[in-house]
Amino acid sequence: MATQFTIEGLKAEIEGKEILKGLSLSMKGGEIHAIMGPNGTGKSTLASALMGHPKYEVTGGSAELNGEDLLEMGVDERARAGLFLAMQYPSEISGVTNSDFLRSAINARREEGNEISLIKFIRQMEGKMKELEMNPEFAHRYLNEGFSGGEKKRNEILQMMLLDPKVVILDEIDSGLDIDALKIVAQGVNAMRADDRAFLIITHYQRLLNYIKPDFVHVMMQGRIVKSGGPELAERLEAEGYDWVKNELGIVDETVGQA
Amino acid sequence: MSTQLENPVEREFAEELSRSKGEPAWLTSLRGEAAELAGSLEWPKPEKTRIDRWNLTAFGQYGKPQALSAESELPEAAASLVAGAGALVVQRGSGTVLRRLPEELSAKGIIFTDLETAAAEHPELVQKYLFQAVKKDENKLTALHAALWNGGVFLYVPKDVEVDVPLQALFYNDNADVSFAPHILIVAERHSRVTYVDNALTIGGGADAVHHSVIEVFAEAGAKVDVATIHQLGSNVIDLTTRRAVLENDARIQWVIGDLNDGNVVSDTLSILKGNGSSSDAAVVSIGAGKQKMSLTTGAKHFGLNSDSNMVTRAVMKEEASAIINGVTKIEKGATKANGVQTEKVLMLSPKARGDANPILLIDEDDVTAGHAASVGQVNPEQVYYLMSRGVSKEEAQRLIIYGFLAPVVTEIPIDAVREQLQQLLERKLEA
Repeated sequence: MATQFTIEGLKAEIEGKEILKGLSLSMKGGEIHAIMGPNGTGKSTLASALMGHPKYEVTGGSAELNGEDLLEMGVDERARAGLFLAMQYPSEISGVTNSDFLRSAINARREEGNEISLIKFIRQMEGKMKELEMNPEFAHRYLNEGFSGGEKKRNEILQMMLLDPKVVILDEIDSGLDIDALKIVAQGVNAMRADDRAFLIITHYQRLLNYIKPDFVHVMMQGRIVKSGGPELAERLEAEGYDWVKNELGIVDETVGQA
Repeated sequence: MSTQLENPVEREFAEELSRSKGEPAWLTSLRGEAAELAGSLEWPKPEKTRIDRWNLTAFGQYGKPQALSAESELPEAAASLVAGAGALVVQRGSGTVLRRLPEELSAKGIIFTDLETAAAEHPELVQKYLFQAVKKDENKLTALHAALWNGGVFLYVPKDVEVDVPLQALFYNDNADVSFAPHILIVAERHSRVTYVDNALTIGGGADAVHHSVIEVFAEAGAKVDVATIHQLGSNVIDLTTRRAVLENDARIQWVIGDLNDGNVVSDTLSILKGNGSSSDAAVVSIGAGKQKMSLTTGAKHFGLNSDSNMVTRAVMKEEASAIINGVTKIEKGATKANGVQTEKVLMLSPKARGDANPILLIDEDDVTAGHAASVGQVNPEQVYYLMSRGVSKEEAQRLIIYGFLAPVVTEIPIDAVREQLQQLLERKLEA
């Protein structure tokens, strides 16, 4: 089935402050969408609310993946339904090795009794780690513990590759990456481009979009998408900043929920 | 035996019991003196734990168990713990029921038997060390234990002898009315090396009971001793266990302690780093459940120059369990270049669970290094969210985090079989 991801009128708040004020977005398999916008406009909240972070409360709207209501699901169910969020700040978990965790995550998608064999898993993981130019020893390190910023981001992409999701949200995957790491991460994402997979790239820099070509670019301000276009929109934002968008739309303060 | 044991025990009673077991005169009088002392001494007072409110009178009566001819006669729960053991001592209730030392070990001069037999057969050796690390007059508990201990283990490794395979002991009790009080005495002579593993368990509940045990370890110059000890006593049993090692120059001990009991516990482990260059490593793991109360203390006392100690405790508290975890690093004046490090961490799985980590550094020497870390907390919801965001269920996410929390202790266990066994016991108690 062709992947269809639809967000309509999504509203969400954190600690009683409304951050998302009715956001709508529709994505199909094969498409890459980029959401750009200055800091404090609700981009990361969108990612967290879609994944189901316990601190964010969805107060209105809907999000459906292939007709299934994501917002009714627990965090783990959303993941198993095909949603993947590469996080801006991945947690560090002591005592749990990267490989043990990944295997648990893969097996969570498989029927009991049909778990992935250890050999097959190791072969897959090692293959993907090689693509991402990760040191093989990271398989046996504790999950994200003591990883540098760039290593954490690569590890997020490694997880994405192994879990084979339908909708991928990359939340500021480019922050903290040097140019070489950025290229490797972008290669990983490009290698995952597929007709049944949609990507939503959240960033405030055009830089990443030089390596991952988006089909659609959306500008987020005040907790909603205020402007959409093609790749040329990202280029203009890079060249001219966001002021022209604000002027065009009569927006004075683009941020949302700031004290 | 029909006499009910009173607390404190009468001198005459302790002596009479000793004589009836045919113990040597020196041991009979040691027990008598200890019984007398018990009358005037106080119970130990572990930090923030009122053990005087516990039922400490249920010491049980001596009952001589029937000897077994093979492990196959053991109850299943006990047998699985010693599967594949070479050298083995098994105690049921008040006495030893099985002991075995392979010929190749006895040929090296190793003695591995129950302590009662050793006291009769190797009196000079036993007398030289017994109650020298843990003194009978320290408190009411050590005095009562000295008066009443039974069965136990004596492990003696001569100079320069190295043993690769662990020597194992099993202490089990299936009758709560019977006295259950093993005393373990380990003597490792110069440059010897040995690993000792034991399990203590009770089978089948019953009336309130007290299990009191002591491990004394003497590691002479250059000796290396590994001790792994796992207790899983029932909810009706109070476990009062004192462990102590005395380390001479360059001697080393590694303690691995699993306090996986279901009843109240006072567990006190101390390494005395007497010799220069001596070192001690202690790893303690514990899981509390129900209304259990535990006091877990690990200590290192440095006298030797360049002595080194490391202590790690990880405890998971479920339901309404509470644990007071003390780490005491004491560096005496003159122990220059000593290094003492300790970490205590408690993970609480329910709002009613309680944990208290008390790192204590007592340092009377300037030229030393010491460090401590302690934390008490609940499972971090951000971590659960992160794991769940990859499709892992909430239960599995919590399980991964809990095992991850215990991993630093579990993965350090040098013997594969012990590590696997401990892992299984942890799972059983965590998932109960």
